[in-house]
Amino acid sequence: MARNLIDIVDLSVEEINELIATAEDIIQHPAKYQDACAHKQLATLFFEPSTRTRLSFESAMLSLGGSVLGFSSASSSSTAKGETVGDTVHTVSCYADIIAMRHPKEGAPFAAAQVAEVPIINAGDGGHNHPTQTLTDLLTIHREKGRLDHFTIGFCGDLKFGRTVHSLVSALSRYENIKFVLISPTELKLPRYVKEEALKKRGIPYTQTTDLESVIPQLDILYMTRVQRERFFNEEDYLRLKDSYILTPEKLESAKPDLSILHPLPRVNEISVAVDKDPRAAYWRQVKNGKYIRMALILKLLGIEV
Amino acid sequence: MNIDSIQNGIVLDHIQAGKSMDIYQYLHLDELDCSVAIIKNVRSNHMGKKDIIKIDTPMEVDFDVLGYIDSNITVNIIRDGRLVEKKHVELPKKLVNIIRCKNPRCITASEPQLDAIFLLSDEEKHTYRCAYCDTAKDKKF
Ligand SMILES: [Zn+2]
Repeated sequence: MARNLIDIVDLSVEEINELIATAEDIIQHPAKYQDACAHKQLATLFFEPSTRTRLSFESAMLSLGGSVLGFSSASSSSTAKGETVGDTVHTVSCYADIIAMRHPKEGAPFAAAQVAEVPIINAGDGGHNHPTQTLTDLLTIHREKGRLDHFTIGFCGDLKFGRTVHSLVSALSRYENIKFVLISPTELKLPRYVKEEALKKRGIPYTQTTDLESVIPQLDILYMTRVQRERFFNEEDYLRLKDSYILTPEKLESAKPDLSILHPLPRVNEISVAVDKDPRAAYWRQVKNGKYIRMALILKLLGIEV
Repeated sequence: MNIDSIQNGIVLDHIQAGKSMDIYQYLHLDELDCSVAIIKNVRSNHMGKKDIIKIDTPMEVDFDVLGYIDSNITVNIIRDGRLVEKKHVELPKKLVNIIRCKNPRCITASEPQLDAIFLLSDEEKHTYRCAYCDTAKDKKF
Protein backbone atom coordinates (compact mmCIF):
# COMPACT_ATOMS: atom_id res chain seq x y z
CA MET A 1 0.00 0.00 0.00
CA ALA A 2 1.29 3.39 -0.92
CA ARG A 3 1.87 5.78 1.93
CA ASN A 4 -0.14 8.44 0.14
CA LEU A 5 -3.36 8.64 -1.78
CA ILE A 6 -2.91 11.20 -4.53
CA ASP A 7 -4.77 9.60 -7.44
CA ILE A 8 -7.33 6.77 -7.40
CA VAL A 9 -5.13 4.80 -9.81
CA ASP A 10 -2.47 4.65 -7.08
CA LEU A 11 -4.68 1.95 -5.55
CA SER A 12 -4.93 -1.54 -7.01
CA VAL A 13 -8.31 -3.22 -7.26
CA GLU A 14 -7.28 -5.43 -4.31
CA GLU A 15 -6.44 -2.39 -2.20
CA ILE A 16 -9.76 -0.76 -3.04
CA ASN A 17 -11.59 -3.96 -2.16
CA GLU A 18 -9.72 -4.11 1.16
CA LEU A 19 -10.69 -0.53 1.97
CA ILE A 20 -14.31 -1.32 1.16
CA ALA A 21 -14.18 -4.41 3.38
CA THR A 22 -12.77 -2.32 6.26
CA ALA A 23 -15.46 0.33 5.74
CA GLU A 24 -18.17 -2.34 5.78
CA ASP A 25 -16.74 -3.67 9.04
CA ILE A 26 -16.67 -0.16 10.52
CA ILE A 27 -20.35 0.24 9.63
CA GLN A 28 -21.19 -3.08 11.29
CA HIS A 29 -18.99 -2.63 14.37
CA PRO A 30 -18.34 1.07 15.00
CA ALA A 31 -17.42 0.56 18.65
CA LYS A 32 -14.51 -1.65 17.68
CA TYR A 33 -12.91 1.33 15.95
CA GLN A 34 -13.73 4.17 18.30
CA ASP A 35 -10.26 4.36 19.86
CA ALA A 36 -8.25 3.00 16.94
CA CYS A 37 -6.55 6.35 16.30
CA ALA A 38 -6.27 7.52 19.91
CA HIS A 39 -3.43 10.06 20.29
CA LYS A 40 -3.11 10.42 16.53
CA GLN A 41 -3.63 13.74 14.78
CA LEU A 42 -5.08 14.45 11.36
CA ALA A 43 -4.24 17.80 9.81
CA THR A 44 -6.80 19.12 7.33
CA LEU A 45 -4.98 21.64 5.14
CA PHE A 46 -7.63 23.29 3.02
CA PHE A 47 -5.94 25.90 0.82
CA GLU A 48 -9.37 26.36 -0.72
CA PRO A 49 -12.60 26.03 1.25
CA SER A 50 -14.71 22.89 1.02
CA THR A 51 -16.68 22.53 4.20
CA ARG A 52 -18.33 19.32 3.09
CA THR A 53 -15.12 17.41 2.43
CA ARG A 54 -13.30 18.86 5.43
CA LEU A 55 -16.09 17.90 7.83
CA SER A 56 -16.15 14.40 6.41
CA PHE A 57 -12.42 13.97 7.10
CA GLU A 58 -12.66 15.52 10.55
CA SER A 59 -15.66 13.45 11.51
CA ALA A 60 -13.87 10.32 10.27
CA MET A 61 -10.81 11.02 12.43
CA LEU A 62 -12.90 11.92 15.50
CA SER A 63 -14.89 8.69 15.13
CA LEU A 64 -11.59 6.82 15.25
CA GLY A 65 -10.71 8.49 18.56
CA GLY A 66 -8.11 10.78 17.00
CA SER A 67 -7.94 14.55 16.95
CA VAL A 68 -7.83 17.14 14.20
CA LEU A 69 -6.09 20.42 13.47
CA GLY A 70 -5.70 22.55 10.39
CA PHE A 71 -7.06 25.48 8.42
CA SER A 72 -10.01 25.91 6.12
CA SER A 73 -8.88 28.53 3.61
CA ALA A 74 -5.68 29.91 2.12
CA SER A 75 -6.19 33.31 3.71
CA SER A 76 -5.82 31.77 7.16
CA SER A 77 -2.67 29.86 6.17
CA SER A 78 0.88 31.01 5.61
CA THR A 79 0.37 30.59 1.86
CA ALA A 80 -1.10 34.05 2.07
CA LYS A 81 2.41 35.15 3.08
CA GLY A 82 3.91 33.45 0.04
CA GLU A 83 5.05 30.16 1.54
CA THR A 84 5.30 27.20 -0.84
CA VAL A 85 2.99 24.21 -0.49
CA GLY A 86 6.04 22.10 0.22
CA ASP A 87 7.15 24.25 3.16
CA THR A 88 3.66 24.45 4.67
CA VAL A 89 3.21 20.71 4.45
CA HIS A 90 6.72 20.00 5.69
CA THR A 91 6.01 22.15 8.74
CA VAL A 92 2.67 20.51 9.46
CA SER A 93 4.12 17.04 9.00
CA CYS A 94 6.28 17.81 12.05
CA TYR A 95 3.10 17.88 14.19
CA ALA A 96 0.48 15.71 12.52
CA ASP A 97 0.47 11.98 11.85
CA ILE A 98 -1.45 12.24 8.59
CA ILE A 99 -2.52 15.09 6.30
CA ALA A 100 -5.62 15.59 4.16
CA MET A 101 -5.08 18.52 1.81
CA ARG A 102 -7.21 20.39 -0.68
CA HIS A 103 -5.64 22.88 -3.03
CA PRO A 104 -6.83 24.87 -6.05
CA LYS A 105 -3.70 24.00 -8.07
CA GLU A 106 -3.50 20.68 -9.88
CA GLY A 107 -0.76 18.44 -8.56
CA ALA A 108 -0.23 20.34 -5.28
CA PRO A 109 -0.77 17.14 -3.21
CA PHE A 110 1.83 15.34 -5.33
CA ALA A 111 4.28 18.18 -4.64
CA ALA A 112 3.42 17.93 -0.94
CA ALA A 113 3.98 14.18 -0.91
CA GLN A 114 7.55 14.72 -2.11
CA VAL A 115 8.52 16.51 1.11
CA ALA A 116 6.03 15.31 3.73
CA GLU A 117 7.19 12.85 6.35
CA VAL A 118 3.66 11.59 6.95
CA PRO A 119 0.97 10.20 4.61
CA ILE A 120 -0.78 12.71 2.34
CA ILE A 121 -4.37 12.29 1.23
CA ASN A 122 -5.50 14.35 -1.75
CA ALA A 123 -8.82 15.91 -0.72
CA GLY A 124 -9.21 17.54 -4.16
CA ASP A 125 -6.70 19.44 -6.31
CA GLY A 126 -8.49 21.85 -8.61
CA GLY A 127 -10.29 20.13 -11.45
CA HIS A 128 -7.80 17.27 -11.35
CA ASN A 129 -8.28 14.48 -8.78
CA HIS A 130 -10.53 13.79 -5.82
CA PRO A 131 -9.80 10.16 -4.97
CA THR A 132 -11.75 9.99 -1.69
CA GLN A 133 -14.90 11.02 -3.59
CA THR A 134 -14.29 8.10 -5.94
CA LEU A 135 -13.78 5.75 -2.99
CA THR A 136 -17.03 7.08 -1.53
CA ASP A 137 -18.83 6.36 -4.81
CA LEU A 138 -17.37 2.85 -4.97
CA LEU A 139 -18.36 2.05 -1.38
CA THR A 140 -21.86 3.37 -2.10
CA ILE A 141 -22.25 1.19 -5.18
CA HIS A 142 -20.94 -1.78 -3.22
CA ARG A 143 -23.37 -1.15 -0.37
CA GLU A 144 -26.32 -0.57 -2.67
CA LYS A 145 -25.66 -3.46 -5.05
CA GLY A 146 -23.55 -5.84 -2.97
CA ARG A 147 -20.93 -5.92 -5.72
CA LEU A 148 -18.74 -3.78 -7.98
CA ASP A 149 -19.31 -5.71 -11.20
CA HIS A 150 -22.08 -6.84 -13.56
CA PHE A 151 -24.29 -3.76 -13.81
CA THR A 152 -25.26 -0.91 -16.10
CA ILE A 153 -24.37 2.55 -14.84
CA GLY A 154 -25.56 5.82 -16.34
CA PHE A 155 -23.65 9.07 -15.89
CA CYS A 156 -25.82 12.11 -16.41
CA GLY A 157 -25.13 15.83 -16.70
CA ASP A 158 -21.81 17.56 -17.17
CA LEU A 159 -19.52 14.72 -18.18
CA LYS A 160 -16.94 17.04 -19.72
CA PHE A 161 -15.76 18.97 -16.68
CA GLY A 162 -16.98 16.64 -13.94
CA ARG A 163 -13.80 15.18 -12.51
CA THR A 164 -15.74 12.84 -10.20
CA VAL A 165 -17.22 11.24 -13.31
CA HIS A 166 -13.82 10.84 -15.00
CA SER A 167 -12.22 9.10 -12.06
CA LEU A 168 -15.24 6.90 -11.29
CA VAL A 169 -15.34 5.78 -14.93
CA SER A 170 -11.61 4.94 -14.76
CA ALA A 171 -11.98 3.15 -11.44
CA LEU A 172 -14.98 1.09 -12.58
CA SER A 173 -13.30 0.18 -15.87
CA ARG A 174 -11.12 -2.22 -13.89
CA TYR A 175 -14.12 -4.31 -12.79
CA GLU A 176 -15.90 -7.02 -14.78
CA ASN A 177 -18.89 -6.63 -17.06
CA ILE A 178 -19.97 -3.06 -16.46
CA LYS A 179 -21.91 -1.24 -19.16
CA PHE A 180 -21.57 2.53 -19.32
CA VAL A 181 -24.32 4.84 -20.52
CA LEU A 182 -23.14 8.43 -20.97
CA ILE A 183 -25.97 10.93 -20.85
CA SER A 184 -25.16 14.59 -21.51
CA PRO A 185 -25.75 17.54 -23.79
CA THR A 186 -23.49 17.36 -26.83
CA GLU A 187 -21.48 20.29 -25.47
CA LEU A 188 -20.67 18.42 -22.27
CA LYS A 189 -19.80 14.93 -23.50
CA LEU A 190 -17.21 12.79 -21.74
CA PRO A 191 -13.79 13.89 -23.08
CA ARG A 192 -12.31 11.72 -25.78
CA TYR A 193 -9.18 10.87 -23.75
CA VAL A 194 -11.26 9.42 -20.91
CA LYS A 195 -13.21 7.28 -23.37
CA GLU A 196 -10.00 6.20 -25.10
CA GLU A 197 -8.00 5.35 -22.01
CA ALA A 198 -10.65 4.00 -19.68
CA LEU A 199 -13.10 2.36 -22.07
CA LYS A 200 -11.95 1.83 -25.67
CA LYS A 201 -8.50 0.45 -24.78
CA ARG A 202 -10.13 -2.18 -22.60
CA GLY A 203 -12.89 -2.98 -25.04
CA ILE A 204 -15.58 -1.88 -22.59
CA PRO A 205 -19.00 -1.22 -24.11
CA TYR A 206 -20.59 2.21 -23.74
CA THR A 207 -23.39 4.19 -25.30
CA GLN A 208 -23.75 7.96 -25.57
CA THR A 209 -27.05 9.76 -25.60
CA THR A 210 -28.55 13.17 -24.96
CA ASP A 211 -31.82 11.71 -23.70
CA LEU A 212 -32.05 10.61 -20.06
CA GLU A 213 -35.65 9.42 -20.26
CA SER A 214 -35.05 6.97 -23.08
CA VAL A 215 -32.25 5.12 -21.29
CA ILE A 216 -33.43 5.27 -17.69
CA PRO A 217 -35.22 1.87 -17.82
CA GLN A 218 -31.96 -0.01 -18.48
CA LEU A 219 -29.96 1.48 -15.60
CA ASP A 220 -28.98 -0.21 -12.34
CA ILE A 221 -27.16 2.91 -11.15
CA LEU A 222 -27.70 6.54 -12.14
CA TYR A 223 -24.88 8.94 -11.28
CA MET A 224 -26.19 12.50 -11.50
CA THR A 225 -23.99 15.61 -11.74
CA ARG A 226 -24.59 19.32 -11.93
CA VAL A 227 -25.09 21.08 -15.23
CA GLN A 228 -23.68 24.51 -14.56
CA ARG A 229 -24.88 27.58 -16.36
CA GLU A 230 -21.34 28.91 -16.88
CA ARG A 231 -20.41 25.82 -18.93
CA PHE A 232 -22.67 26.91 -21.75
CA PHE A 233 -21.83 29.34 -24.50
CA ASN A 234 -25.19 31.01 -24.37
CA GLU A 235 -28.18 31.37 -22.10
CA GLU A 236 -30.69 29.89 -24.61
CA ASP A 237 -28.79 26.61 -24.84
CA TYR A 238 -28.68 26.39 -21.07
CA LEU A 239 -32.38 27.09 -20.66
CA ARG A 240 -33.27 24.71 -23.48
CA LEU A 241 -31.20 21.87 -22.07
CA LYS A 242 -31.22 22.14 -18.32
CA ASP A 243 -34.63 20.58 -17.77
CA SER A 244 -33.77 17.41 -19.65
CA TYR A 245 -31.08 16.72 -17.09
CA ILE A 246 -33.17 17.29 -14.00
CA LEU A 247 -34.26 14.12 -12.28
CA THR A 248 -37.91 14.15 -11.23
CA PRO A 249 -40.32 11.50 -9.85
CA GLU A 250 -41.98 11.46 -13.31
CA LYS A 251 -38.75 10.54 -15.07
CA LEU A 252 -38.19 7.79 -12.49
CA GLU A 253 -41.50 6.09 -13.26
CA SER A 254 -39.96 3.91 -15.94
CA ALA A 255 -36.80 3.15 -13.93
CA LYS A 256 -35.98 -0.19 -12.34
CA PRO A 257 -37.34 -0.69 -8.82
CA ASP A 258 -33.82 -1.33 -7.54
CA LEU A 259 -32.12 1.59 -9.29
CA SER A 260 -29.60 3.45 -7.10
CA ILE A 261 -29.32 7.20 -7.61
CA LEU A 262 -25.97 8.71 -6.71
CA HIS A 263 -24.79 12.32 -6.71
CA PRO A 264 -21.47 13.68 -5.40
CA LEU A 265 -23.33 16.68 -3.89
CA PRO A 266 -23.82 19.54 -3.41
CA ARG A 267 -26.74 19.58 -5.80
CA VAL A 268 -28.33 22.70 -7.17
CA ASN A 269 -31.55 21.68 -8.89
CA GLU A 270 -30.59 18.66 -10.96
CA ILE A 271 -32.41 16.29 -8.62
CA SER A 272 -35.77 17.58 -7.56
CA VAL A 273 -36.31 17.52 -3.80
CA ALA A 274 -39.33 15.26 -4.32
CA VAL A 275 -36.93 12.45 -5.31
CA ASP A 276 -35.35 12.48 -1.84
CA LYS A 277 -38.25 10.44 -0.43
CA ASP A 278 -37.77 7.73 -3.05
CA PRO A 279 -35.91 4.75 -1.50
CA ARG A 280 -33.82 4.60 -4.67
CA ALA A 281 -32.20 7.94 -3.75
CA ALA A 282 -28.83 6.87 -2.36
CA TYR A 283 -27.10 10.25 -2.20
CA TRP A 284 -27.64 10.90 1.50
CA ARG A 285 -26.41 7.41 2.30
CA GLN A 286 -23.47 8.26 0.00
CA VAL A 287 -22.53 11.17 2.29
CA LYS A 288 -22.37 8.81 5.26
CA ASN A 289 -20.33 6.33 3.26
CA GLY A 290 -17.85 9.12 2.59
CA LYS A 291 -17.04 9.24 6.26
CA TYR A 292 -16.70 5.44 6.61
CA ILE A 293 -14.39 5.04 3.65
CA ARG A 294 -12.24 7.92 4.93
CA MET A 295 -12.02 6.14 8.28
CA ALA A 296 -10.87 3.00 6.49
CA LEU A 297 -8.35 5.01 4.47
CA ILE A 298 -6.88 6.77 7.51
CA LEU A 299 -6.42 3.42 9.27
CA LYS A 300 -4.78 1.93 6.21
CA LEU A 301 -2.37 4.79 5.61
CA LEU A 302 -1.41 4.89 9.29
CA GLY A 303 -0.87 1.13 9.23
CA ILE A 304 -3.29 0.56 12.08
CA GLU A 305 -4.94 -2.85 12.23
CA VAL A 306 -8.05 -3.31 14.32
CA MET B 1 31.71 8.36 -41.29
CA ASN B 2 35.00 9.98 -40.52
CA ILE B 3 35.83 10.37 -36.83
CA ASP B 4 39.52 11.05 -37.31
CA SER B 5 39.05 14.69 -36.60
CA ILE B 6 38.16 13.95 -32.95
CA GLN B 7 40.76 12.76 -30.47
CA ASN B 8 38.76 12.58 -27.24
CA GLY B 9 35.07 13.21 -27.40
CA ILE B 10 31.67 12.04 -28.55
CA VAL B 11 29.93 11.55 -31.81
CA LEU B 12 26.13 11.50 -31.79
CA ASP B 13 25.10 9.51 -34.82
CA HIS B 14 21.84 8.49 -36.50
CA ILE B 15 20.06 11.65 -35.47
CA GLN B 16 16.87 12.05 -37.42
CA ALA B 17 17.56 14.67 -40.08
CA GLY B 18 16.63 18.10 -38.76
CA LYS B 19 16.78 17.33 -35.07
CA SER B 20 20.42 18.21 -34.47
CA MET B 21 19.65 21.80 -33.51
CA ASP B 22 17.15 20.64 -30.87
CA ILE B 23 19.84 18.44 -29.38
CA TYR B 24 22.34 21.27 -29.56
CA GLN B 25 19.93 23.36 -27.48
CA TYR B 26 18.78 20.74 -24.99
CA LEU B 27 22.34 19.53 -24.26
CA HIS B 28 23.46 23.18 -23.89
CA LEU B 29 26.26 22.59 -26.38
CA ASP B 30 26.45 26.34 -26.94
CA GLU B 31 28.09 26.57 -23.52
CA LEU B 32 31.06 24.44 -24.58
CA ASP B 33 34.46 25.95 -25.47
CA CYS B 34 35.62 23.03 -27.59
CA SER B 35 34.79 22.55 -31.23
CA VAL B 36 31.36 21.18 -31.98
CA ALA B 37 30.47 20.08 -35.47
CA ILE B 38 26.89 19.79 -36.61
CA ILE B 39 26.62 17.91 -39.82
CA LYS B 40 23.19 18.01 -41.38
CA ASN B 41 21.53 15.86 -44.01
CA VAL B 42 24.26 13.25 -44.28
CA ARG B 43 23.37 10.48 -46.68
CA SER B 44 22.53 7.26 -44.82
CA ASN B 45 21.68 3.82 -46.15
CA HIS B 46 19.28 3.18 -43.29
CA MET B 47 17.67 6.52 -42.83
CA GLY B 48 18.00 8.23 -46.18
CA LYS B 49 19.21 11.39 -44.48
CA LYS B 50 20.54 11.91 -40.96
CA ASP B 51 22.31 14.47 -38.80
CA ILE B 52 25.54 13.96 -36.87
CA ILE B 53 27.03 15.97 -34.02
CA LYS B 54 30.72 15.75 -33.14
CA ILE B 55 31.86 17.12 -29.81
CA ASP B 56 35.60 17.43 -29.32
CA THR B 57 35.70 16.97 -25.56
CA PRO B 58 35.02 13.99 -23.26
CA MET B 59 31.75 15.21 -21.74
CA GLU B 60 28.91 13.46 -19.96
CA VAL B 61 25.80 13.59 -22.11
CA ASP B 62 22.33 13.31 -20.67
CA PHE B 63 20.96 10.09 -22.15
CA ASP B 64 17.45 10.99 -21.00
CA VAL B 65 17.51 14.14 -23.09
CA LEU B 66 18.76 12.28 -26.12
CA GLY B 67 16.28 9.44 -25.64
CA TYR B 68 13.44 11.91 -25.28
CA ILE B 69 14.32 13.84 -28.43
CA ASP B 70 15.18 10.83 -30.56
CA SER B 71 15.49 7.31 -29.20
CA ASN B 72 17.32 6.06 -32.31
CA ILE B 73 20.48 8.06 -31.68
CA THR B 74 23.74 6.20 -31.13
CA VAL B 75 26.44 7.68 -28.95
CA ASN B 76 30.02 6.93 -29.96
CA ILE B 77 32.71 7.53 -27.36
CA ILE B 78 36.07 8.41 -28.90
CA ARG B 79 39.31 8.09 -26.98
CA ASP B 80 42.77 8.72 -28.47
CA GLY B 81 41.16 8.94 -31.88
CA ARG B 82 39.56 5.49 -31.61
CA LEU B 83 35.98 4.39 -31.15
CA VAL B 84 35.95 2.76 -27.69
CA GLU B 85 32.27 2.49 -27.00
CA LYS B 86 28.98 2.62 -28.87
CA LYS B 87 25.86 3.25 -26.80
CA HIS B 88 22.22 3.19 -27.78
CA VAL B 89 19.76 5.49 -26.09
CA GLU B 90 16.21 4.54 -25.22
CA LEU B 91 12.97 6.32 -24.48
CA PRO B 92 13.35 7.40 -20.83
CA LYS B 93 10.62 6.44 -18.34
CA LYS B 94 11.04 9.68 -16.45
CA LEU B 95 12.15 13.19 -17.41
CA VAL B 96 13.34 15.55 -14.71
CA ASN B 97 13.75 19.23 -15.55
CA ILE B 98 13.99 18.65 -19.29
CA ILE B 99 10.58 19.97 -20.30
CA ARG B 100 8.09 22.07 -18.35
CA CYS B 101 4.35 21.70 -17.91
CA LYS B 102 2.24 24.11 -19.97
CA ASN B 103 -0.93 23.76 -17.87
CA PRO B 104 -1.47 27.15 -16.19
CA ARG B 105 -3.43 25.48 -13.38
CA CYS B 106 -0.52 23.14 -12.57
CA ILE B 107 1.27 23.68 -9.25
CA THR B 108 4.59 23.79 -11.16
CA ALA B 109 3.35 26.92 -12.93
CA SER B 110 2.85 28.82 -9.68
CA GLU B 111 5.84 27.26 -7.89
CA PRO B 112 8.55 27.16 -10.56
CA GLN B 113 11.22 25.96 -8.13
CA LEU B 114 9.59 22.50 -8.12
CA ASP B 115 11.29 19.83 -10.22
CA ALA B 116 9.45 19.44 -13.51
CA ILE B 117 8.77 15.71 -13.62
CA PHE B 118 7.24 13.91 -16.59
CA LEU B 119 6.48 10.19 -16.81
CA LEU B 120 6.22 8.10 -19.97
CA SER B 121 2.57 7.12 -20.26
CA ASP B 122 2.36 5.71 -23.78
CA GLU B 123 5.44 4.09 -25.23
CA GLU B 124 3.98 3.76 -28.73
CA LYS B 125 2.86 7.35 -29.04
CA HIS B 126 5.82 8.68 -27.00
CA THR B 127 3.39 10.49 -24.70
CA TYR B 128 4.70 11.95 -21.49
CA ARG B 129 2.45 13.21 -18.71
CA CYS B 130 3.22 15.76 -16.01
CA ALA B 131 3.64 13.85 -12.73
CA TYR B 132 1.76 16.62 -10.93
CA CYS B 133 -1.29 17.33 -13.08
CA ASP B 134 -1.24 14.54 -15.73
CA THR B 135 -1.26 16.99 -18.62
CA ALA B 136 0.13 15.26 -21.69
CA LYS B 137 3.12 16.69 -23.48
CA ASP B 138 3.02 15.95 -27.16
CA LYS B 139 6.42 15.43 -28.62
CA LYS B 140 6.94 18.31 -30.97
CA PHE B 141 10.33 17.76 -32.47
ZN1 LIG C 1 1.58 19.84 -14.73
